[in-house]
Amino acid sequence: MNTRPALGAALRAPGATRSTALHAGAWWLWALGLAAAASRTTNPLLLALLITVAGYVVAARRTDAPWARAFRFFLALGALVVAVRTGFVLLLGSPIGGTTVVLVLPEVPLPDWAQGVRLGGRVTAEALYFAFTDGLRLATLLICVGAANALANPARLLKSLPGALYEAGVAVVVAMTFAPHLIADVLRLRAARRLRGRADRGVRSVLQVALPVLESALERSVALAAAMDARGYGRTAEVPAPVRHATTALTLGGLLGVCAGSYALLAAEGAALGLPVLLPGLAAALAGLRLGGRRSVRTRYRPDRWGWRAWAVSGSGAAVAAVLIHAASADPSALNPPAVPLAAPAFPLLPAAGIVLLGLLPAVLAPAPPDPPSTSSTGDSPR
Amino acid sequence: MIRFDQVSVTYDGADRPAVQGVDLTVPEGELVLAVGPSGSGKSTLLGTVSGLVPHFTGGTLAGRVTVAGRDTRTHPPRELADVVGTVGQDPLAHFVTDTVEDELAYGMESLGLPPATMRRRVEETLDLLGLAALRDRPIAALSGGQQQRVAIGSVLTAHPRVLVLDEPTSALDPGAAEEVLAVLQRLVHDLGTTVLLAEHRLERVVQYADQVLLLPAAGQPPVLGDPAELMARSPVFPPVVALGRLAGWSPLPLTVRDARRRAAPLRERLAGHGAGHGAGHPAARPAVPPQHRASSSASSASAAGPVLLRAEGLQVRRGRLPVLHGIDLTVRAGETVALMGRNGAGKSTLLAACVGMHRPAAGRIVLGEAGLVPHRTRPAVLLRHAGLVPQDPRDLLYAETVAAECAAADRDAGAPPGTCRELVTRLLPEVPDAVHPRDLSEGQRLTLALAVILTAAPPLLLLDEPTRGLDYAAKARLAGVLRELTAAGHAVVLATHDVELAAELAHRVVVLADGEAVADGPTPEVVVASPAFAPQIAKVLAPEPWLTVPQVRHALAPSAPSASSAGPDPERAAP
Repeated sequence: MNTRPALGAALRAPGATRSTALHAGAWWLWALGLAAAASRTTNPLLLALLITVAGYVVAARRTDAPWARAFRFFLALGALVVAVRTGFVLLLGSPIGGTTVVLVLPEVPLPDWAQGVRLGGRVTAEALYFAFTDGLRLATLLICVGAANALANPARLLKSLPGALYEAGVAVVVAMTFAPHLIADVLRLRAARRLRGRADRGVRSVLQVALPVLESALERSVALAAAMDARGYGRTAEVPAPVRHATTALTLGGLLGVCAGSYALLAAEGAALGLPVLLPGLAAALAGLRLGGRRSVRTRYRPDRWGWRAWAVSGSGAAVAAVLIHAASADPSALNPPAVPLAAPAFPLLPAAGIVLLGLLPAVLAPAPPDPPSTSSTGDSPR
Repeated sequence: MIRFDQVSVTYDGADRPAVQGVDLTVPEGELVLAVGPSGSGKSTLLGTVSGLVPHFTGGTLAGRVTVAGRDTRTHPPRELADVVGTVGQDPLAHFVTDTVEDELAYGMESLGLPPATMRRRVEETLDLLGLAALRDRPIAALSGGQQQRVAIGSVLTAHPRVLVLDEPTSALDPGAAEEVLAVLQRLVHDLGTTVLLAEHRLERVVQYADQVLLLPAAGQPPVLGDPAELMARSPVFPPVVALGRLAGWSPLPLTVRDARRRAAPLRERLAGHGAGHGAGHPAARPAVPPQHRASSSASSASAAGPVLLRAEGLQVRRGRLPVLHGIDLTVRAGETVALMGRNGAGKSTLLAACVGMHRPAAGRIVLGEAGLVPHRTRPAVLLRHAGLVPQDPRDLLYAETVAAECAAADRDAGAPPGTCRELVTRLLPEVPDAVHPRDLSEGQRLTLALAVILTAAPPLLLLDEPTRGLDYAAKARLAGVLRELTAAGHAVVLATHDVELAAELAHRVVVLADGEAVADGPTPEVVVASPAFAPQIAKVLAPEPWLTVPQVRHALAPSAPSASSAGPDPERAAP
């Protein structure tokens, strides 16, 4: 009798704090799963469904951090991709023939050496439709990446890097904190030009403060390097030579395998070959990274935990990808409807249900970000 | 705990050592304050303890420095990270991560401490420094005092036995400085940490020191000893010590409280002098400090000079947030006005609005009788009406040499060639032409920036936090220059945390809080009553309204012609 409410309470997503927050990697796996699914279809209905799912999860689970606010930018980028893709077809024509002429633009006569290129002329509905769906697929991929970017804290993601990649992670984190400083410096120095009676607007004013800005950036990096050194950065442990060589071999071989495998997986053909190459490559690379981590004496403070919610979120992405990969081979005409002859795209029920039911799981399962009122109250506290 | 053994440091290319003949031992659990004028080698000496000198800065270290038994010659800074914690003047240059909690853990991660230990120490440190409420906050969103506390916390988590701090409070307002110093006090008392501290603003820290490490001048061997004894012969000293020296008190009082106990007879004498001046109560006392009246008696225009700046209901917003709200301010020629208030109160914004860097959201601000609106005036014209020396004078200096900077300033201002160089020579006789502005000391750089601004001879001169990083000698020189300028009919507006400077220079003090002017009046009236903004002398001699040592000296002079040598006799000085 009592098990039911207890189970319900255990399933209900907790508020995201440092200890319950979802592993940043889980968000990326989920988003990459959606992206892989999107790469398998040009059906605009399914693509729109994927975008909606990604957007809904972002709306439900993002924080008010600066990177989370960048999702809008990715949506705009997606729209731009679709517009450019269709714009090109409008201007330059398309190899997709088609008979339904929508409009005829005046054709610009081009010289002989530009044979094969056409400016203006007939624009068919089929060509427009093909370009639109093709652009939409690319836009969906971008929006999925944008969703991961909005949901996963980049600093926490870099903290979960294996020890061997730690230096690279630090470089990125330092760069991320440096960029705002640099912009502030440029603005301040540019404003200060006014005090010398020089123009503080226009491109010239930015160029002329470049040198002082670089000087102060350099000074700041030297100060930071000193501070990091004084705080123990760069302490290393001794590693025997065979281990070092094994590390190099495993890492290089593994990365090659990962590259070849993921290419095969994402390309239209060769999915069968993809996984067998990808998985051993991944394993070798991970082993290499693990061995490489022996050089570092570092420990990690409160790393993100990979709990069952992380499994569920990354699994939901993988499941969506699996459903669409299966559907693409089982029912190719529904997932990649031909542009010629023009017809309303079918709405394949099974993949659609898969996308919605599986893809939306994180919106329920992932820990919820803290409520805005509580953040604003902490915002007032320092006074 | 720290042992210096015949240490001297010579930087590459320098013809003489930055410090030499250091031979002393800092015992465990002491708070030692390094005291000395600019360029006497305080930072170098501090750097040798963490190993950054010479491992990071280059140069040659002769002799031996050992910290907790480790020789810094064989241990680079990273190998000393678990025994020495270093905090500099600018906390932002120290942070590696972006949130408070990660920053506290960073040093421990580098040392490879077990996760459970790290977690416990982070929680302890959050409580010790009062940072628990800020643990998830991005560091960039904290105030200056909070950032400095995070910086201290970030080195404390490694449980260092020595803490080295180079001017930790010089960028902070008085309240934030108290916060940081209270933390240091607590570390010394509760954890037995050895603290080695350098600071220019001695009035803030000297009372906390167990011992003083005096560096009398560049190249002279430093002396470690009792604070009161060394303050008696130190070339740099806070106002309370100056008063003690003037009155001939021995041993010298270092705190306002000690000085007050001794000051009863002095107060009586001064009260008599007040009556002799014909000013029985504070309100009737003239707002202009005596030395001003002496130097600028001819102009005496402080009340009636032409208006150089007028702000009415001035409002400035950043985004939707009002930074300034309904400011009314009038500045006349020959006047010095000090803007005070905590960090973020809007002082810098008000100064920037005067030179048109912000467009007023409401109200108006005009310059001079011509009624110039700053943000609509071309920079080249504005230059001749108002000049601002920003918080970091380096923002104004672009050229590679002092000479090139001067030539550029002449061109910018349309002044005859040589004008700026002449000003520099007058203000800074010792600076050669070929030196790079970034190689100057803080004080020299500020003076160079001031000369650059003065080349255009603006009647209104604005200075943002001019005494940051200046020692007492440089500050006195700046005060002299500014006094001459007001005597010549300029108006000076200073935004400053330095209550001693405000007391010495300003005719009027305007206190800003949350973008509103909460007080505006003659310096003695505003400053004496305020616990945060009262200078040390005012606290010692209250309720008598004396603000600075020169005032007291001046008042005592007629009755005792050699006041500094004679003073009140020691018997009367005893409480």
